[in-house]
Amino acid sequence: MTSLASRIRTGIRARRSKIKKEFTRRHSLAVRILHWVNFVTVAVMLMSGLQIFNAHPALYWGVSSNFAHPLLSMNAMQDNQGRVEGVTSVGRYTFNTTGLFGWSKGEDGHYTDRGFPRWATLPGSRWLAMGRLWHFFFAWILVVNGCLYVLYGFASGHFRRDLWMTRTDWRRLGHTFVEHLKLKFPRGDEARHYNGLQKLAYLVIIFVVAPTIVLTGLTMSPTMDAGFPWLLWVFHGRQSARTIHFVCAMTLVAFFVVHIAMVILSGLWNNVRSMITGRYALEPARAHTVEEHHE
Amino acid sequence: MSNIISTRRRRLILGLGAGAGSLLLAGCDQLSNLPQTRRVLSSEQWLTRAVQDTLVSRDALAPEFPRADIAPVFRANGTTDPDNPKYQAMARDGFRDWQLRVDGLVENPKSFSLQEIRSMPAQTQITRQDCVEGWSCIGQWTGPLLRDVLARVIPKPSARYVMFFCADPMDDGRDYYYESIDMRTAVHPQTLLAYALNGEALPIAYGAPVRLRLGLQLGYKMAKYVMHIQLVSSYRPFGRGHGGYWEDQGYTWYAGI
Repeated sequence: MTSLASRIRTGIRARRSKIKKEFTRRHSLAVRILHWVNFVTVAVMLMSGLQIFNAHPALYWGVSSNFAHPLLSMNAMQDNQGRVEGVTSVGRYTFNTTGLFGWSKGEDGHYTDRGFPRWATLPGSRWLAMGRLWHFFFAWILVVNGCLYVLYGFASGHFRRDLWMTRTDWRRLGHTFVEHLKLKFPRGDEARHYNGLQKLAYLVIIFVVAPTIVLTGLTMSPTMDAGFPWLLWVFHGRQSARTIHFVCAMTLVAFFVVHIAMVILSGLWNNVRSMITGRYALEPARAHTVEEHHE
Repeated sequence: MSNIISTRRRRLILGLGAGAGSLLLAGCDQLSNLPQTRRVLSSEQWLTRAVQDTLVSRDALAPEFPRADIAPVFRANGTTDPDNPKYQAMARDGFRDWQLRVDGLVENPKSFSLQEIRSMPAQTQITRQDCVEGWSCIGQWTGPLLRDVLARVIPKPSARYVMFFCADPMDDGRDYYYESIDMRTAVHPQTLLAYALNGEALPIAYGAPVRLRLGLQLGYKMAKYVMHIQLVSSYRPFGRGHGGYWEDQGYTWYAGI
């Protein structure tokens, strides 16, 4: 397997080569606008969400908080020598997370007890009221932007054309996964379309994670629980809903990390340009590889 | 040559993008300190309130739970022992001298003794209390409906909000805790003046002798140690004008979410 550095070098060489590149129009104007609004909104939602989490950095399962048995908690604890450490507990397991979770530097540079660190929350200092203002204001933008995207996706055929999993996509899913692990990305005509792995990731985020995070968010509202008691039934109670909300948020973080990694590894400039101007350059197709002969 | 230029340009644009991203986040942090930002962001609550008032009917009830779900230890939050000599004296005396004054925009202002409150028809509910911090506790609350208490004083049509003035001093005695709710919340069939928790006289940590209990909003709205209820047309003249102690610290007046 070629090293990461050499692959990036190859990428740079390919970009600098004089081969005449072919372009395809990858993203429509609507998708591009919605994408960048979504980017800002999700960043604000995530960071203000962590600020809210920090007001009570513990998660539970069920209708109420069983303070003695959280599923997850982040605390500052004193060890035998009187030193304070950040301790994160997940079920029966505990981890020393000093500097990251439970005990990290506050705005004055001194260590303080807080769930997520200062750089991960909005605002950076401990300020629940402000975190809630950011969160609930941008929640409206998120929902409006999301609804526009879904309407557009169905109306324009974007979902059917670009994201719907074909039989071939399902069949080749394992193969595509292995190719991604080897950092071999589709080229030529193959790169005109999303591959199965990409489609699946986007579909899960758009149709599973996003609706779940909105619904679990609403389940935490006591007024919504009175009007729509089935929410509590679906999510096993308010505290479970809060836990699922958190897990979905962390899933989005994982998606974001992989998304950024893929954007960088498969051609940072080309990808960013395609999301700004719509133009995506097709790298010339590779010579037939051994794997392809096996098909 | 053109490639070099475009590579430079690409780096510049990507760099600017990354820079703009971090500036944006740092900027959001700084923006938090501007009162204008807080005003704009907190306007969200009126949209949320309007939508929730439309989606959820006036009589929609908070879910009730079986006895088995009652929290073994109900977390007491906020003030748990008011640093107020007058209150402490009343507490030592079992609140025999406690009087709940109900006045303002009413036809028939009246003071209620604890005995009178306790002798009114009461509702007992096992409901969930949600703290703004994120946790929930289930408890059994008993007390008369606020709307029955209000019926005794006959609100005037101009009354739009019910103010609750409390015995617990905040910020080293510079303020007292206070809260306000609208008439829709005041007449909701689960809005209680609770005098008992889990079948026992309300302990001091939970707001003795009487606290407000709401079904559809967060804990900070549920004033403890209630001493005086006043019906008003606007909550602006009170405190710093945001409708409650925590509202004056930047929390939203509408706490349905």
